Amino acid sequence: MLDQLIHLKVNGTLHTVAVPPHRTLLEVLREQLGYTGTKRACRVGDCGACTVIIDGKAVLSCLTLAVEVQEKEILTIEALGDGDRPDTLQQSFVDCGAVQCGFCTPGMVMSAKALLDENPHPDREEVRRAIAGNLCRCTGYAKIVEAIEDAATRLS
Amino acid sequence: MSEYAVLGKRLPRVDGPVKAAGTARFTDDLSLPGMLYGKILRSPHAHARIVRIDTTRAENHPGVRAVIVGEDFGDYRYGLRADTRDEYPLARGKVRYLGEEVAAVAAVDEETALEALNLIQVEYEVLSAVTDPEEALREGAPQLHDDKPGNISVHMKTSFGDVDDAFRQADYIREDRFYSQSVLHGFLEPNAALALWEAPNRITIWASKQSPYFLYRNLSNCFNVPLSNVRLIQPYIGGGFGGKNGGYPVDFCAVMLSKKTGRPVKIVLTMEEVLSSHRRRHPMIVRLKTGVKKDGTILAHDCRIIADGGAGTGVGPSTIANAFYFLNLPYVVPNVRYEAFRVYTNRPISVAQRGNGIQQIRYAADVQLEMIAHDLGLDPVQIRQKNAVYTGYRTASGMNIHSCGLQETITEAVKAAEWETHYRPWQEKEKEPLGRIATGVGIACNSFQSGARLTGHNCCTAVIKVHEDGTASLLTGSTDSGQGSETVLAMIVAEVLGTRLEDVFVPQTDSTVTPVDPGSFGSRVSSTAGNAVLIAAQDARSQLLPVAAELLKAAPEDIEFRDRKVLVRGAPDRVLRFRDLTRQTVAWGSGTSIIGQGSWGQTVPPMNFETGEGDASGAYSFGTQAAWVEVDTQTGKVTVPRMVVAHDLGFALNPLAVEGQHEGSIAGGVGHTIYEHCVEENGQNLTPNLTAYGLPTVYDLPEEMVSLSIETIDPVGAFGAKESGEGTQVSTIPAIVNAIHNAIGVWITDLPVTPEKVLKALRDRKAQDRATEGGQP
Repeated sequence: MLDQLIHLKVNGTLHTVAVPPHRTLLEVLREQLGYTGTKRACRVGDCGACTVIIDGKAVLSCLTLAVEVQEKEILTIEALGDGDRPDTLQQSFVDCGAVQCGFCTPGMVMSAKALLDENPHPDREEVRRAIAGNLCRCTGYAKIVEAIEDAATRLS
Repeated sequence: MSEYAVLGKRLPRVDGPVKAAGTARFTDDLSLPGMLYGKILRSPHAHARIVRIDTTRAENHPGVRAVIVGEDFGDYRYGLRADTRDEYPLARGKVRYLGEEVAAVAAVDEETALEALNLIQVEYEVLSAVTDPEEALREGAPQLHDDKPGNISVHMKTSFGDVDDAFRQADYIREDRFYSQSVLHGFLEPNAALALWEAPNRITIWASKQSPYFLYRNLSNCFNVPLSNVRLIQPYIGGGFGGKNGGYPVDFCAVMLSKKTGRPVKIVLTMEEVLSSHRRRHPMIVRLKTGVKKDGTILAHDCRIIADGGAGTGVGPSTIANAFYFLNLPYVVPNVRYEAFRVYTNRPISVAQRGNGIQQIRYAADVQLEMIAHDLGLDPVQIRQKNAVYTGYRTASGMNIHSCGLQETITEAVKAAEWETHYRPWQEKEKEPLGRIATGVGIACNSFQSGARLTGHNCCTAVIKVHEDGTASLLTGSTDSGQGSETVLAMIVAEVLGTRLEDVFVPQTDSTVTPVDPGSFGSRVSSTAGNAVLIAAQDARSQLLPVAAELLKAAPEDIEFRDRKVLVRGAPDRVLRFRDLTRQTVAWGSGTSIIGQGSWGQTVPPMNFETGEGDASGAYSFGTQAAWVEVDTQTGKVTVPRMVVAHDLGFALNPLAVEGQHEGSIAGGVGHTIYEHCVEENGQNLTPNLTAYGLPTVYDLPEEMVSLSIETIDPVGAFGAKESGEGTQVSTIPAIVNAIHNAIGVWITDLPVTPEKVLKALRDRKAQDRATEGGQP
């Protein structure tokens, strides 16, 4: 299949890339644009590790075709703080012990960010619902829920 | 109040920020110039002879650079011991499970590699398969390995005390059958390897390994390369839980494809490949006969196990031995008999998974103890207190307990669970009608090894380089697969050198740089590597001490290292910054390097896989769990809203990390008990995705988890620490199953506790009640 030349706006930067129409946003982000913070795990929408934010909504990049999201605002984990200067939400994940192996963490953080951007004062149930599509084998989720609530408090 | 400046504090993990930022690099995040992508062709049959493989069309496909098959690896086989090497990098002669690796391709991209797989023509002669371990033991069953008659992979038979006499003395005897299903490791990062072969004989591999030095040896043997030329660099690991210990086909194939092509090759499995054909926990049938006195005192266990080993042996001997060892703990069992068969079946290979054989046996033993308490009208807490082992106890088989806070864990768990308020015996509840939502509480105890004492190289080594600016690098081969050991080991360095956690850097394992290490399994890192780090840090400190004494004009024994300062006891005016001491030491005379080194192994002889006599570890943890369950009696759905853990872990080196371990263990245990299940048909996994398999989501796990640490300061472990990473998962299952009985009066002896099983058990109980009533005129 012929490649298409598309424009993707990722973390405020416009990228022009040639992609076959069946290529997922996850693949383009990771392999063509170098945004490897977005994790590739199940590839079929089960686990949430590839979550990014598109126009304010948490989206599974493994189920999104790159050609579909031109002219949209795409945010990846790299849009937040880096290892030296984590942002408030990331710092809450670290401080609350919500990170263990860390493989689910970027997707978890992005789901949490989408929630807090839209609803800065979520209740417990809203927090749980926001990460219900993000799997984690290490933590049992309690500390992740705590981290998101902690971030909500710190941000307000 | 802790005597320590760093240890015992709730310090966030050192790799937290890079993981939260997404800049921590896992294997799949790495790429090299000219890199090729590998894909693996898997068997569509559970058991078949490979008649012919034709790779010509695949090789000629544009973009394909190499195709490999089993013959490329010669006769190389791998396994835990010389007599258990029954695995091949790619199948030779026949395939023994559906999904077994048959061929591999390297191509310019993944799509091309996938296309090429479809062009490989394999002619199979399909053989009858056996996927049930009991059937596999029967005469005339299909045979998996020519040199292992009867499909027996491991057989262990042992006995201590006089079991027959004990049963004669017993007032009450129960015999039950329990089944624990196939459970997958459930890590989110699929197995992955990036390999680079450099002629004539150098291998560099980045692979997701919790125990990288197995693969280091495997690759040396497989490719006939000296160990000095095998460089295994460990990227961040996206969870292991026992499923990333050894070398696997993905690793061997990446190296072989790189050797064939002269290019770096990366292979990342799909989750479907992991769930369908990668390793998993041993399914086990446990037949347990227990004799007790009428006050509930245990007199004897007689246990027979049939473990489904799948098509290879893996670390199976340790699993079978572990099940025996922990038949003897955490309760006093004066007489014990055990016979286990680990059986080959045409299923993916069973290996260790968080708990390695101990869950299955403790599920049976602790639920059966609850059954006995119920039958005899005894209190579930008291029967455990009565049978609990204690400091100084030696099991009938010769395991020595040097520290034990089991009684305290029972007391604390019961208190935190408000047991007195919530517990009413089923005999009392039974008289009332069952509502739509029935609630119950359950309790169970556990014990676990602080570092499995295996044969062969079993010690950990640490090297600490103190830099002239007062910072330090800790080189260790003990990997952190997410449990937080990197942080805990760095804390030990900071404690001894009197610096801060942020002053210690722990690079990832790299086999040409870091010392050889057994690996992160059997809950060994904090206690075993911890001691090695402690010794190494003391060694480094002792190199700094004479210079400090000279500079401060003090006796070495009066010098203290604390909060980046060097102090003289009783002389507050004589102070030196630690970084000034390191700078001056490095420049002393014509200069020196400050390099501390320490090694520490287990204090006990190796586990005896034949008889199970003696210790399994130098130290044992103990714990108690209380579960609160809600059972929907109309749908059969069980939920666990609350769980309490009280764990004797010796000493909590980092309480925040400990809580994470306990909560993670609960998560794995709840999944094992209620949700996780591979639906299979003729050896094919019909649930090869995380949703169908049932990996728990946030809605499936307890919203409230209480984690209590009981500190007994063990004489063996580093700073008195014992394990906290696996023991809790051991008692999660029986605590929940016991709570279900307390809620609805049925015993679930077949995991997982699906709604169908709960409803059937409820129907059976009602039918039995009616029959009983009908029988009474």
